[in-house]
Amino acid sequence: MTSELEHLASKVLATAQPGEAMEVYVTRGSETEVSAYDGEIESLAAATSAGIGVRILQETPEGQRVGFAWAGSLDDDVIAATVAEARDNATFGSPDPDMVLATPDGVAQVDVNLFDDSVRTVTTDQKIAFALELERQVRAADKVRGVRSSSYGDAEVEMALASTAGILTSTRRSSAGASVEVIAADGDLVQTGYGYDAGRGFSSLSLEKIAADGIERAVSMLGATKPKSMTTTVVFDARITAQLLSIIASALSGEAVVKGRSFFAGRIGEMVAHPQVTLVDDPTDPRAYGAAAVDGEGLACRRNVLVANGQLQGFVYDTVSARRAGTVSTGSAVRGGFAGTPQPGCRALLLEGGTLSRDEVLAQVENGVYVQGISGVHSGVSPVSGDFSVGAEGFMIRDGKLAEPFREATIASTLQKMLTNIVAIGKDLEFLPGNAAGQSLAIAEMSLSGN
Amino acid sequence: MSNALLTPDVAQRVLQAAAGHGGEWAEIFVEDRANVGASLDDGRVEELASGRSRGAGIRVLVGETVGFAHTADLSEASLLNAVAAAASVATGRQGSSAAINLTPGGAYPTTVSVLPSSIGKQRKLDLLFAADDAARATGSEIAQVTVQYNDARRRIVVANSDGIFEEDDQVRIGFMVMAVANGDTGLQTGFQVFRRTEGFEALSEDLLRELAGKAAQQAITKLSARPAPSGELPIVLAGGSGGMLFHEACGHGLEADLIVKDTSLYAGRVGTQVASKGITLVDDSTMAGEWGTTRIDDEGAQASSTTLIEDGVLTDYMWDFLRARKTGRGASSGNGRRQSYAHLPMVRMTNTYLLAGTENADDIVASTERGIYVQQLGGGQVDTATGDFVFGTSESYLIENGEITVPLRDANLIGNGPEILSRIDAVADDFSMTTGTCGKDGQSVPVGCGQPTLRITSCTVGGTA
Repeated sequence: MTSELEHLASKVLATAQPGEAMEVYVTRGSETEVSAYDGEIESLAAATSAGIGVRILQETPEGQRVGFAWAGSLDDDVIAATVAEARDNATFGSPDPDMVLATPDGVAQVDVNLFDDSVRTVTTDQKIAFALELERQVRAADKVRGVRSSSYGDAEVEMALASTAGILTSTRRSSAGASVEVIAADGDLVQTGYGYDAGRGFSSLSLEKIAADGIERAVSMLGATKPKSMTTTVVFDARITAQLLSIIASALSGEAVVKGRSFFAGRIGEMVAHPQVTLVDDPTDPRAYGAAAVDGEGLACRRNVLVANGQLQGFVYDTVSARRAGTVSTGSAVRGGFAGTPQPGCRALLLEGGTLSRDEVLAQVENGVYVQGISGVHSGVSPVSGDFSVGAEGFMIRDGKLAEPFREATIASTLQKMLTNIVAIGKDLEFLPGNAAGQSLAIAEMSLSGN
Repeated sequence: MSNALLTPDVAQRVLQAAAGHGGEWAEIFVEDRANVGASLDDGRVEELASGRSRGAGIRVLVGETVGFAHTADLSEASLLNAVAAAASVATGRQGSSAAINLTPGGAYPTTVSVLPSSIGKQRKLDLLFAADDAARATGSEIAQVTVQYNDARRRIVVANSDGIFEEDDQVRIGFMVMAVANGDTGLQTGFQVFRRTEGFEALSEDLLRELAGKAAQQAITKLSARPAPSGELPIVLAGGSGGMLFHEACGHGLEADLIVKDTSLYAGRVGTQVASKGITLVDDSTMAGEWGTTRIDDEGAQASSTTLIEDGVLTDYMWDFLRARKTGRGASSGNGRRQSYAHLPMVRMTNTYLLAGTENADDIVASTERGIYVQQLGGGQVDTATGDFVFGTSESYLIENGEITVPLRDANLIGNGPEILSRIDAVADDFSMTTGTCGKDGQSVPVGCGQPTLRITSCTVGGTA
């Protein structure tokens, strides 16, 4: 079955000139977003979008030169201008023997259903009602002073990819998400909480869960104080673990490794984590939010074991970074829409083998801190050096149970030490938007800075 | 160059259609954006990319409700379809046929001397090669260098049913360098960025070489950095280093959308003391060439300067059209901005800065017994309801007995915006601007920020030592 978009990509590909390789990436999508405030619709947006990204590679005796151009339109004249611009850009590229397009590698595609028809069948009125009801439920809760935003959004996008190296593929996916930002107050004390849920369609969202999550995260933090500085064990909640794994994922990118920008570089075969740590990136796992059948270069996505029982096994590669590293693509090219070129990256990183419930993790830790919110991740964590320092809030853990809330603290260590100091892994997996899943996770010997 | 993105005639008919559908107020925002980006990685042209996007976003208001639709097709038929979609929030309302008369804002002087599109691609790449060279020549520890060049031209037209018809042509240019140094202690990075709302005249080879050398030196210096301390310490922020901190920790809480929703702790506090005496905070989109500068905002309002805090007293907030309309304030302060035609505008900062004081920067360090000297801050974020913020340092040093001594590894600073504002006990007579990309509700816009050298008496440092 050839989709209309595949047909368009092939048509563009036919304009490739002799001696050049071309890759055409086209997308088309639509989205709805509604936000509610104070019992009224605050905004309702409906939109469609489309775009194209073209890479052209030209042969030279020293290797291939690449040029890229993109446009937010699929009109014929725009497409022609984009191809011409990519071709012109290629003439300025540095010849590089590793700069090649992906060629089919024989790995079979795993069928992953990424489309939920409910984004289409549910009416706009139902979507509006969801945002309004979410706000109403939260406002009705005890100690809630206000709601900053309550919103629902969904999108569907279709992608086609064709290249002169023999790639022709297309996929479509849908997504839906809803969130609420809650302001809780008790006298002069104010705290905020964010509740959200996301999935492939309207029907996968739980309004009650989002409301309860947002309320709980705000209200339970009222009265939080600055903790005393100490070295302690930190238990991360599932959302935070997912964020942490996402940072680890960027250090597992073959691109970062070949360019010497990862603290994992040159450590294959070494113990880089606690022996109970096994990290797998498996986009064919349909539970993962980032699941996909094909990667950003059109190769089949596959399961890649990156850390096994604490030992570093490998990295994720796209075609070019793999060649630079002397290996082959792991089917891990990702691209940021039509305006981006492929880069290697994880889509569905998972820490395997957890056996404990959250309460069991807390009980095992006995005394420490439970972190349910971190901030400053982009500024305070470096996948290059491994330095880790973030703002944190949550609860003290006393006698194996959650105790009083704390805020305005930081936790710090290095990613290297944190991986080695993992002392308990939860089985309470949550699959969240992003490129990693999360669960309760205990890490020993972190510096907590407060008073 | 005449701007044929949208003619007043078409705009008038589209806005008239919105009224006919029952919209109380309507706006068309048309944008045509062309970008060029080049990056040199490992001494190779990694990517030379060109991008083009063009489209219109249409807002229709009914009461407090905004209907929004956007399209990449600028034909009148497509605009009329988008109006109908945006006006779905007006379903069941009586349409109006009252005449809408647009008043074109007319010609405006350009401030750009050399359009980046008039410069050959090779010339842009040559600048990057020169910068790469300068970074590597700084020391044998430099293992990796990435340099990037970007230019963007954004032409916009805004028309609304109040009669506004304004055009602007915005040109921005940027350069970024990241150097990685390798030593016994592992890898460290250095980073410098230079961005202006100007043409190609803003860049020179000498300037880029200087910045590249700085980034490389920063990475090398950090190889001998020791872990940052943990706990509460005085912080001296070098001029220009910490502007983003005040942007995050104070600026966001002064945006009228949060004020109107009573989700900022600055709500209802105009006329009260919110900062130490001597502290004046301004948002000013008229500063020539700065990263957050525009001639008009994305709702067609003229650029302006708004004093937010004067001598420690809260004087005003930043406003966009919707919030000014809702509160009866009338005019926006020119702070309505949007990432692109596909995004709704909201209240955003432009160039936000603390005014210089009277003290000498060296004296401020000399009078600090033990603390941290921050030469460069990385990114950060804030919870506007509580004012709690976190900010990363990317170049900092220990102050011991009034002297700057050893370099420190990167760490986060954490604190509370309003508390920090009342803990500034020294403000120097120097001043410097820096640039940032501000993210809010998923939209990014360029902003400038600035501040003189100043001391915060106490702030929590999230180090490990």
